[in-house]
Amino acid sequence: MTVKITIDGQEVNARAGDNIVDVAAQNGVYIPTLCYTRGKPCLGTCRTCSVKVNGSVMAACTIPVREGMEIDVNGDEITDMRKALVELLFAEGNHNCPSCEKSGRCELQATGYEVKMMVSRFPYRFTPHPVDHASRSIWLERDRCIFCQRCVDFVRDKETNQKIFSINGRGTYARIEIDVELANKMPADQVREAAELCPVGCIIDKTQGYDVPIGKRKFEVKSIRERALGGGHR
Amino acid sequence: MSRKLIIDPVSKIEGHGKVVVMMDDNNQVTDAKLHVVEFRGFEKFIQGHPYWEAPMLLQRICGICFVSHHLCGAKALDDMVGVGYSTGTPMLPTPEKVRRLAHYAQQLQSHVTAYFYCIVPDMLFGMDAAPQQRNVVGLVEADPELVKRVVALRKWGQEGIKSVLGKRMHGINSIPGGVNQNLSQEARDRLVNGEDGLISLDQVIDYAQDGLKVFKDFHDKNRAEVDAFAEVPALNMCLVDEKGNVDYYHGKMRIIDKDKNIIEELDYHDYLDYFSEATEEWSYMKFPFLKAHGREAGSVRVGPLARVNVTKSYDDSCPLAKAALEEFHDYTKGKANDMTLHTNWARAIEILHSAEQMKVLLNDPDLQKEDLILTPVDNAWTGEGVGVVEAPRGTLLHHYRANKEGNITFANLVVATTQNNTVMNRTVRSVADSYLGGKEQAEITEGLMNAIEVGIRAYDPCLSCATHAMGQMPLVVKVLGADGKMIDEKYRCAS
Repeated sequence: MTVKITIDGQEVNARAGDNIVDVAAQNGVYIPTLCYTRGKPCLGTCRTCSVKVNGSVMAACTIPVREGMEIDVNGDEITDMRKALVELLFAEGNHNCPSCEKSGRCELQATGYEVKMMVSRFPYRFTPHPVDHASRSIWLERDRCIFCQRCVDFVRDKETNQKIFSINGRGTYARIEIDVELANKMPADQVREAAELCPVGCIIDKTQGYDVPIGKRKFEVKSIRERALGGGHR
Repeated sequence: MSRKLIIDPVSKIEGHGKVVVMMDDNNQVTDAKLHVVEFRGFEKFIQGHPYWEAPMLLQRICGICFVSHHLCGAKALDDMVGVGYSTGTPMLPTPEKVRRLAHYAQQLQSHVTAYFYCIVPDMLFGMDAAPQQRNVVGLVEADPELVKRVVALRKWGQEGIKSVLGKRMHGINSIPGGVNQNLSQEARDRLVNGEDGLISLDQVIDYAQDGLKVFKDFHDKNRAEVDAFAEVPALNMCLVDEKGNVDYYHGKMRIIDKDKNIIEELDYHDYLDYFSEATEEWSYMKFPFLKAHGREAGSVRVGPLARVNVTKSYDDSCPLAKAALEEFHDYTKGKANDMTLHTNWARAIEILHSAEQMKVLLNDPDLQKEDLILTPVDNAWTGEGVGVVEAPRGTLLHHYRANKEGNITFANLVVATTQNNTVMNRTVRSVADSYLGGKEQAEITEGLMNAIEVGIRAYDPCLSCATHAMGQMPLVVKVLGADGKMIDEKYRCAS
């Protein structure tokens, strides 16, 4: 069923039930996302896709479109709110882009550029997060985790469908964990997929590092906005 | 009554320094100290990072000779993963040549920056000239054509770096066992033919001779002053190949004395057996020395002057630089040259040498080949690596250790400016002595201040790289309340 909605005052037709992020992209409007992966169930954890729906702030990836919705994506207030959310992610972790091998391929970094973030308005917390390198092929760099939970939900043991990653603890004590036994069973291509799925440089494939030259890295070849608007898996 | 003269800050060097000259009642200079007042800490905060991040993170110590730091780290990682020189494994030709190309490009642009932007104004206008004139802007007014050539030369060097590392500064190319890309034919052609806003390789070789001409003019007019300015003794050290010629990327560490006798020659992996470092509570920069020769006698000079002193010759493929080097060697009749301002002569020779070496490489088809990485065999991991290269300012060393999981547990960087610490202090004292020694009405003139700075600047010191004291270091910490009053104070002496 088709419904009519407005995005930033523009009336568009959309298929009922599609989420706002996808509908906006189909109509050439980019909404930044970090936890959402097109084609997979929405997680709604990062809130980076926040928009105003009929005046209320909501995470666009979690909201199916309905007839008559008025969606504010690029208004000043909501744009700054999204920027603040990205800044908070930078302030909470310890993100050192210059030496991070995910640089150029990192969705958080690319989104930071998209929301025009220069520096966080919030004080950086500099909380130490111990790395976990017990797994044979995965280096877990907790300093960079943004708790998107992509790995928790979408990376599973091929045999048992058990989760390999999990979040342990709550609030500021939360941390990403890895089941080393299951991780050690992961075939090489699944390790690479997990590292690619991680929007930041938290899940690092130990067998690869800085293998893609500067200028040829994912978001240098095609920006995160172009990828989002171009359809398909980002 | 003893007096203390202070010059703070010393300008037109990389980083910040302070000079203190002490005089006694008889108006004799009793001591002179170059204080390095910055503190960095790279050796500490790399710990806990995965080993493969070291060359990427530690190159950020410097915005000038970052390629040297990157390559030094990469060589250490080659060792660590089991495909480095410590394991007797020769590097594949393409990655080694790609690394060398970036290194020579950096040496070219670094030397051009130091020489023309910082040093030539001193030569052209004289040490007593007003600071307003004695700078690169004054140079633009005095000789705009020269400056245009210098800017073009520097740009070409920087684009050479970018062609390999992807960025003009802090790019990434070297990874354990090799490189992540070769030099594309397109990038090679651009550097050779001078397309897209670049000068051509032939122009580079032409422009690279400007530095020598400037030095010769200056030297011819001021021979006595230049030669007598801060002639200070020191051993000379650099990496050499099997022929005893300088090798900026790899070789043995050779140390020679005034008569060019080889007093030590070592595999740099054994540096801890040969070198020790002294510390002083008045400086964050340490004082390395050869253990067997003691703190004073065992201090070495590194950098352009040391390299042209140590090298027997240059390869025939670099004829212009080779001829310039022979003239340099003839000047001191086979002895090592201790004249501080001749460092600038040596730097001008190396500008040309870098350009000619790049010419050789850019005509080598190996740079476009695809065999880029040497993969270690199972159980090749050594967990430890040492890398040494000849950075523009001299011999640079990175030493890392990592645990079995790949976590960096130890890092030691011995940078060129640190090696030069003692000889720089000797230079400062020599200058102060010649200006102030024995004079009843000793006063700090602009000329003295300039002369001390000129002496230091000859080393092109990179104080920002050189300050990374380990363990106990001299540190004062104060806590002030909102009213400006001190709440707490802690002072710690050097261990």
